Amino acid sequence: MPLVEVSHLVKTFTRSAGWLRPGTRVAAVDDVSFSIDQGETFGLVGESGSGKTTTGRCMLRLIEPSSGEVRFRGEDVLAFRKRRLRLARRDMQIVFQDPYSSLNPRMRARAIVEEPLIIHQLGARAERQARVAELFDLVGLNPAHLDRYPRQFSGGQRQRIGLARALALNPSFVILDEPVSALDVSVQAQVINLLMDLQARLHLTYLFIAHDLRLVEHVCSRVAVMFRGKIVELGPTASLFSAPQHPYTRALLSAIPIPDPDAPRQRLVLDPASVNRDAALREISAGHFAAV
Amino acid sequence: MPPEPLLAVEHLTTVFDTAGGAVPAVNDVSFEIRAGETLGLVGESGSGKSVTALSIMRLVQPPGRIAGGRLLFKGRDLLTVDDREMQRLRGAQIALIFQEPMTALNPVFRVGAQLAETLMVHGRATRREAKAQAIELLRAVRIANPEAHAADYPHQLSGGMRQRVLIAMALACQPSLVIADEPTTALDVTIQAEILELLREMKSALDLSLLLITHDLGVIAETADRVAVMYAGRVVETGPVREIFGNPGHPYTRGLLASMPGSRPGQRLLAIEGAVPRLGDLPSGCAFNPRCPDRFDPCTTTPPPDYPAGPAHTAKCYLHDHNLKPAFRNLKFSDAAG
Repeated sequence: MPLVEVSHLVKTFTRSAGWLRPGTRVAAVDDVSFSIDQGETFGLVGESGSGKTTTGRCMLRLIEPSSGEVRFRGEDVLAFRKRRLRLARRDMQIVFQDPYSSLNPRMRARAIVEEPLIIHQLGARAERQARVAELFDLVGLNPAHLDRYPRQFSGGQRQRIGLARALALNPSFVILDEPVSALDVSVQAQVINLLMDLQARLHLTYLFIAHDLRLVEHVCSRVAVMFRGKIVELGPTASLFSAPQHPYTRALLSAIPIPDPDAPRQRLVLDPASVNRDAALREISAGHFAAV
Repeated sequence: MPPEPLLAVEHLTTVFDTAGGAVPAVNDVSFEIRAGETLGLVGESGSGKSVTALSIMRLVQPPGRIAGGRLLFKGRDLLTVDDREMQRLRGAQIALIFQEPMTALNPVFRVGAQLAETLMVHGRATRREAKAQAIELLRAVRIANPEAHAADYPHQLSGGMRQRVLIAMALACQPSLVIADEPTTALDVTIQAEILELLREMKSALDLSLLLITHDLGVIAETADRVAVMYAGRVVETGPVREIFGNPGHPYTRGLLASMPGSRPGQRLLAIEGAVPRLGDLPSGCAFNPRCPDRFDPCTTTPPPDYPAGPAHTAKCYLHDHNLKPAFRNLKFSDAAG
C-alpha cells in the first residue's frame, strides 16, 4: 500500500468579479492523481502556474481542495476533523522555498525549532530543549548558535533551521517545496546531500516540488510533470528523462541549459495545438504514463 | 595584435560606505569585452557582478561609489566624461537589461509609448516616426501582432513578453554594448531558452557585444564566448568558455562545476563546504581559502595575483605558481555536509 495516495484532486480558485467583469473560475489543480510509496522521493515538476505548489498545499490542507481524495496510510485526510487533522500533521510536514521569509525574524532559532513541540504539547521543557539540541545537530547546525536570530544565519543555515523545525515531530512524510532554489549555487549541493542523508537515516518519504529538472533527475525515483494544472506525464525518473513521451515534457527537457559548451543541443518548441487537453494518462511502458 | 577591446575594465573598485568603513563590493576588477563577443560574468549573491554592471553604467547609488580604476569604452575613460555625455552614452552606446522586467518598465504607460519615448529622447526619431519604429522594434524581438501589443500596458504582457520589450528598448538606439543582468532568472526554463536564443540572434544580427551576468553555468555554457568568474568582489578566473568548463583553473570554479547534479543520480553531490563570506567580513588572503580543499600556506596571508592557467586563461590561485608548488597536486573536493 502506498504511503500517500492522491486521487482526482481539484482546486479551483474564483477570480473575483471586477467592475463590468463577471467572476471566473480557474482550475489551478485539475483532476490530479498519483501515489507515493514509503521511502521514495517523488518529484513534482512544472513551470510557474502549473499547480505543483497548490497540489502540495492541498495535500496537507494548508489550502482546502475543492474535491478529490488524499489518503495517508489509507485514511482520507480530507475527511479529518480539526483534532484528527492536527494529529495527522505531526506525520506530514512541509519545508518552504524561501528561508528568508519563512522563519519568524523575531524568534531565536531555538524557539523556531521548539514551537511545533509546544503546539503539539509534547514533552516537558527539559525534554523539549534536549530534542531541539538533537535536531540542531541532526541538520548540521552548531548547537552553540541556538540563541541566534534567523538573520545571523546564512541562507543554507536558515534552510537547515526550517528542516529541523519540520523534523521536530518525527514525521514520516515531508513535502519539500523548492527547498534549494533560493540558495546560492555553491550551497545547494550541501542541502541536497543533507536531505538525502536524513531520508536514509530517518526513513523519510519525500514529495519534492521543483522547477529545476537537473535536481529532480538527481534526487527523485519517480517524477510527475504538471502542465496547466494537469499531470501530463508520470514515470520512473530514468525512463521519463531518457524517453519523454508528452510534447510538453520534451520541450521542457530540451530547454534545460547544459553546462557543457560542446554538448549537442536541439531545442524542441512546444506547439500548444499539439497538446490535447482532454487526453487521459495511458501506460506507455512499465509505470510510465503519458497523456498522449 | 588583437583588436582594441570595445570595453576595458581596469582595476575597477566600487565601495559601499558603512559605519564600519568602506566595504569593497567590487575589488580591483579587470576584464575586457571585444567587439562582437559575449562575455559571461558568473557569480553568486554578493560576488559583485551586478555592482560591476552598475559601475560600468555609472549608476551606482550612494552609499556606493566608484573608488578607483578606469572604464575604457572605445578608448575613452567613462569615469572622466561629464554627466551629460554619460547620459547620452547610456542607451545610445551602452544599454542595460535588468532581471525583473516588471520593475524596469513603467506600469502606467503603454509599452509602445515607452519604446517611442526612448527613440525620441535619444533623437532617433521624431514623434511621428517613433510610433512606427516602436512597432518595428517589437516585431524584431518576435512579438506576434506587434501593432496590438504596442497598446498594452506592461501588466498585460507575460514575463517573457516583458523581457522581449526590454530587449527591444535596449536595442532601440543600436548600442554597441548590451549588459544583461540575470535576464532570464525570473523566467521559466522554456521562456528562458527563447530569450537566450533571441539575445544570440540579436547579437549576431546587430554586431553587438554582450556582457551577460548570471549565476547559472548552464546559461553561460550556451551563450558565452569567454567567461569571467567572480567571487567576493574579485574576478578569480577568466578564460575562453571551453577552457573554463574543460580545464577550470580556480578551485571555486572547479567546485561549482563539480557540485552540479547530473552525472550520478542518487549519489551524494560534491558540495563546496561553508557559505559565501559577507563582504564586510572577508577572510584574509584569498577570500575562498576557508572553503578551499586545496588551501596551503600562502593562501591565508596574501590575495593571489593572476597566474596563467591555460591558453588566454588566468586564475587567481597559488596552485598555478610553480615556484610555490612543484606540481599540481591531486584535487579533492570534500563531500562533507558542512
